[in-house]
Amino acid sequence: MAIEVRIPTILRNYTDGAKAVQSTGSTLGELFANLDSSHPGIGGRLVEDAKLRRFVNVYLNDEDVRFLGGLDTPVADGDTVTVLPAVAGGAPDAARV
Amino acid sequence: MLRIDRAIYDEIVAHARRDHPDEACGVVAGPEGSDRPERFIPMLNAARSPTFYEFDSKDLLRLYREMDDRGEEPVVIYHSHTATEAYPSRTDVSYASEPKAHYVLVSTRDPDTVEFRSFRIVDSVITEEEVQVLAPAASE
Repeated sequence: MAIEVRIPTILRNYTDGAKAVQSTGSTLGELFANLDSSHPGIGGRLVEDAKLRRFVNVYLNDEDVRFLGGLDTPVADGDTVTVLPAVAGGAPDAARV
Repeated sequence: MLRIDRAIYDEIVAHARRDHPDEACGVVAGPEGSDRPERFIPMLNAARSPTFYEFDSKDLLRLYREMDDRGEEPVVIYHSHTATEAYPSRTDVSYASEPKAHYVLVSTRDPDTVEFRSFRIVDSVITEEEVQVLAPAASE
């Protein structure tokens, strides 16, 4: 079973520069765990305390997985998972740091 | 150094003014590896806040797909601060994830003064850089 994971520029140092890699799993969490086995270190950039890190957006095909099931979202052969860095920020007194 | 066309510079400032008192944000895309900001893409601030900005997640996906299809990358990522100086905040640094991008900050705190500054943010280190505004091609 293969699922394509599209990797943002900032994380391509974990994938030898590859824009997309293949991995497997039945949930997004499993997929990222397997991805970390083949590309050590990348998992920690995606997941923290068993949750998706807030600095990345993850999409299953066209849907933001935050609105699906987060790391429990089921994934299947032929799916494409896209990882993008969140583009966000704000003024010095922003409360949401 | 950031080299940017006068027209795009003006559009960024105008967008920041228009969305004041909320923060405005967007991207100027350019051919991958060119370091040339060519295509001005204003984005919606999904947070609609005077102290925070965030690209809407669907818009973000669409933007990156489109840039990918066109062989582009975000050369400039801009946003405004509406009551404070045009300098990256701690929040800005924690989210900065495009080491090759020029992070442009515009402050709209003074309606009569344009504050437009550009930074590199790499591994949480902020480095200000010179901004060179290019005059329009000699057509007049």
